[in-house]
Amino acid sequence: MTALVLLDAEDGAIPQTSRSAIAAAARLGDVDVLVTGGPETIEAAAASAAKIPGIRKVRTVSGEDFAHALAEPLAALLVALAPEYDHIVAAATAIGKNALPRAAALLDVQVIPDVMEIRDAETFVRPIFAGNALVTLRSSDAKKLLTIRTASFDPVPAEGGTAPIETVTPPACRSKSHFVSAEHSSTERPQLEAARIIVSGGRGLQSAEGFKILEPLADKLGAAIGASRVAVDSGFVPNDYQVGQTGKIVAPDLYIACGISGAIQHLAGMKDSKVIVAINKDEEAPIFQVADYGLVGDLFQIVPALTEALG
Amino acid sequence: MKILVPIKRVIDYNVKVRVRRDGGGVETAGVKMSMNPFDEIAVEEALRLREKGIASDIVVVSIGVPQAADTLRTALAMGADRAILVQSEESPEPLAVAKILKILVERENPDLVILGKQAIDDDMNATGQMLAGLLDWPQATFASRVEKTGDGLTVSREVDGGSETLSLTLPAIVTADLRLNEPRYASLPNIMKAKKKPLETLSAADLGIDLTRRLTTLSIAEPPTRKAGIKVGSVAELVEKLRNEAKVI
Ligand SMILES: Cc1cc2nc3c(=O)[nH]c(=O)nc-3n(C[C@H](O)[C@H](O)[C@H](O)COP(=O)(O)OP(=O)(O)OC[C@H]3O[C@@H](n4cnc5c(N)ncnc54)[C@H](O)[C@@H]3O)c2cc1C
Ligand SMILES: Nc1ncnc2c1ncn2[C@@H]1O[C@H](COP(=O)(O)O)[C@@H](O)[C@H]1O
Repeated sequence: MTALVLLDAEDGAIPQTSRSAIAAAARLGDVDVLVTGGPETIEAAAASAAKIPGIRKVRTVSGEDFAHALAEPLAALLVALAPEYDHIVAAATAIGKNALPRAAALLDVQVIPDVMEIRDAETFVRPIFAGNALVTLRSSDAKKLLTIRTASFDPVPAEGGTAPIETVTPPACRSKSHFVSAEHSSTERPQLEAARIIVSGGRGLQSAEGFKILEPLADKLGAAIGASRVAVDSGFVPNDYQVGQTGKIVAPDLYIACGISGAIQHLAGMKDSKVIVAINKDEEAPIFQVADYGLVGDLFQIVPALTEALG
Repeated sequence: MKILVPIKRVIDYNVKVRVRRDGGGVETAGVKMSMNPFDEIAVEEALRLREKGIASDIVVVSIGVPQAADTLRTALAMGADRAILVQSEESPEPLAVAKILKILVERENPDLVILGKQAIDDDMNATGQMLAGLLDWPQATFASRVEKTGDGLTVSREVDGGSETLSLTLPAIVTADLRLNEPRYASLPNIMKAKKKPLETLSAADLGIDLTRRLTTLSIAEPPTRKAGIKVGSVAELVEKLRNEAKVI
């Protein structure tokens, strides 16, 4: 069996999420990867992809249509390449979740989102109801299209391979959507999905100003910063900080939840973390039911003290 | 402009869903059902486009059991003009839902379909994208802002690194993310008025779409439960535990 993995190529680099998708696909058979991008970044991205060990070949497509990962050209491309593959796989990132279902519909296939476990070539486990139930399902489609819950698969290494690179000519696609602009929140910190430690804040931080109290702690720990939906909706931090059912799914070694109550929609995004710490002034807060270590009290005192204590 | 909004009846988001003992599904007996939260946002967006004078006619549609009519009435009470219920025994998979919606789109000729980004029961996050593919329409998923500009739409969408803005020609598909708007509540007079608004009922079987599931459920299980740990008494104790017991810092 052969799988094609659609990679998210960001500025010429291959993110950890895509390497988790490769790790998942490797359980299904041989793996080719598909790297798409604008003419300026494609070579660097292809070179990064070729270094990933265990890949049969890297297929690249470059063009203005592909510079911003729009769903229409990506889906048309996946449909064109589909006859060569049994499985088409992507990380369950904004790009994968946008493009794969569209391609699946064009192939008359039911897409299988957020795969957490691969039992065999047609049997998969995925979460439903915000992760309150796990369903094992078998696909009867001739071809399978899946997105991978990246927190459930350890990524393959970034270096060590020398896969051949092949250029593919994309099918003609007259896109009816066009990229206008991007407003990316810039941060020096690790990406949420790749971070070993995450410090996360909720409504308890009270304001954008208040939220900054987490920064020195994150700096000390080399941690990424996450947030609850309320913290995002209230404008404390940008939307891409959100962890949860409808935000990012993370599973770091250590997750420190500060002023977060622990609603099921939030837990859905972080309850697979190895160690959970909760700091909350309400000792009845549901977050304590999943926390390995709970500290009851005012976070405005505890967080600075913890930062200090880390030396 | 005419807008079609597909809405799904789901277990209310406040309910802690439990897997049935027999593993055949989740507990639904006596459980509160509501409109999928993202679909409320989609309905609200359609209403706002009408209030801005951009949309004229808002049709809501649901595919599912007869009780989904209640969900449609809620959308009518919010302000939608007309409803269509496509009856089926349970909600079909996104591919089949998208095929049914395609038939309705061809019948109703909307300029815009606004769906929720994901149904919080099956968490598929697929129907809008699949419908866009079947219709060969442009798509803007995970929308946080929708504006009519010229002949088309300008949509901001939430992506992993922040947000991005796309322009689309009409007709188009938009899927609503949480921050697009805050949906209104239906007032009592509007709930009364909604009872008189037209609600047409069709049967999924009559539409000629094969509803056979492509994904067969083999089992449904509870995720491994996490045990509550301990409460520590001080910051010093927390640091000690993280260093020497959990060994994560
Ligand atoms: C369809 C849908 C999808 C959703 N998706 C998500 C999602 O992806 N992610 C998500 O997070 N939420 C999501 N939600 C929202 C979720 O239901 C909760 O509303 C949200 O997680 C609550 O955020 P919070 O814990 O920050 O706020 P709250 O629930 O208000 O909790 C704040 C906590 O801070 C504590 N606190 C206050 N002050 C202090 C202090 N000084 N010191 C210490 N503790 C303090 C309080 O005791 C309280 O426990 C979703 C909801 C819906 C309907
Ligand atoms: N049975 C249904 N009836 C009406 N709309 C639906 C149905 N299933 C899904 N949808 C729409 O598709 C969106 C995404 O659902 P899903 O792809 O299942 O996560 C929902 O928010 C609804 O707008």
